[in-house]
Amino acid sequence: MLLTSYFLAALAIALAWPTPLALSKAKWTSRAPVQAVLLWQAIALGGGLSMIGSMLVWGLAPLGSDLISALIAGWRLITGDPDVVYPGIVHLFALSTALLFGFHLVLTLARAAWRTTRQRAKHRQLLRLLSNPSDTRPNTLVLDHDMPVAYCVPGIAQSVTVLSRGLLTKLSPEEQAAVIAHESSHLDQRHDLLILAFTAWNEALPWLPTSRLSLDAVRQLIEMLADDKALEQVSRQTLLKAIVTVAAAAAPEASGSAGAGSSNAQQVGMPGGEVSSRRLQRLLTPEEPLAKPQRGLVLACTVLLMVCPTVLLIAPRLLAW
Amino acid sequence: MRQQLKQVRYYLVASLGDLERSVMDLLWDSAEPLTANDLRDNLAALGTDAKELAVTTVLTVLARLEKKGLVLRERTTRPHRYTASSTREDHTVGLLNDALGTAQDREAVLARFIGGISADEAASLRAILDTVKSA
Repeated sequence: MLLTSYFLAALAIALAWPTPLALSKAKWTSRAPVQAVLLWQAIALGGGLSMIGSMLVWGLAPLGSDLISALIAGWRLITGDPDVVYPGIVHLFALSTALLFGFHLVLTLARAAWRTTRQRAKHRQLLRLLSNPSDTRPNTLVLDHDMPVAYCVPGIAQSVTVLSRGLLTKLSPEEQAAVIAHESSHLDQRHDLLILAFTAWNEALPWLPTSRLSLDAVRQLIEMLADDKALEQVSRQTLLKAIVTVAAAAAPEASGSAGAGSSNAQQVGMPGGEVSSRRLQRLLTPEEPLAKPQRGLVLACTVLLMVCPTVLLIAPRLLAW
Repeated sequence: MRQQLKQVRYYLVASLGDLERSVMDLLWDSAEPLTANDLRDNLAALGTDAKELAVTTVLTVLARLEKKGLVLRERTTRPHRYTASSTREDHTVGLLNDALGTAQDREAVLARFIGGISADEAASLRAILDTVKSA
């Protein structure tokens, strides 16, 4: 049990600091965004699991030789069985830290989900007052504004795509199709849930700089995923033209509005700004997708990161053999 | 039975939503504050749906809109007079800022088609694209 807890702790440290740092600098991610997004999820999940797991296993170590018997002994200890040996204050402290940390992660996720749902409901309410349904497209609302903008509001029952009048007048029909294909792939692939999970992760561990890195990286990767999906329907040139038109019109307006200064500075100064041009870079000069064996390797790492802490938690004695 | 009640409730809420929109449209388009009676008359003139509209219903809708911060009430006069808290354009800009992620919580709406491209970057890209096109 002790050996397992040390191993899990080492894994947790590796996944908390050096691994995300290396991955955020890796160049191959833009060549295989699907695998990269999966790997980021495995790093976060595996990291959290091994962080909690190492404390749990270490705390339970004096009580039994495997997790089940240790948990049973722990329960008997709580219910006041005199036969169980008191494990000592340090081990009890590790146990309660593990429990608290687990609760903390779950609660942060729940809070982020609740807040997002409420904000979206408010946004939809205002949309109902300010927008009109599109004549030609289903589940699409048109906002009366000159700035060319397109975005999607994900919902449990129904998701909507919002287009501005400016988008419909300033973009050619093909460019509009590119924008809409991009937005609807965000909706189809439920990227909002990914962002929610990584936002919560970032909020739960604000002292961990790499949790910010992972959120930024995932934000950029989902844009690449949506671009790739849009490219199945439109040409590279059309998509680029659409992006540039939207960006050129939106950038001055967005930075001129009240309260925008801080978040824009964040975008420019942090890796976000740099990686964002990486997204455009790969559209301007197409990159070869990652070779099959390499993609397989990334997937294998992803699976290993998920399976390893789980198996060790269930059967901590595997490492003692 | 429960299903039916749910249906009725849904229609009520939906029609209240439509009414909210009509009331806001009238307030946005009006140059001066309006009373609930003015609004009822205007709504009745607009369409057949609002023919049997009671003033109390309009007041309910106004109360809901006031609670949401969309409507301001002048309490100095009798009957109270109502105005929109800000223009339709301001609300639209607010929505777009929210959507483009300049608001505090950027993840609220996944609206990142432009994903942090600066104006300079966009200008240079446009130049690149133009050369590609003319070549």
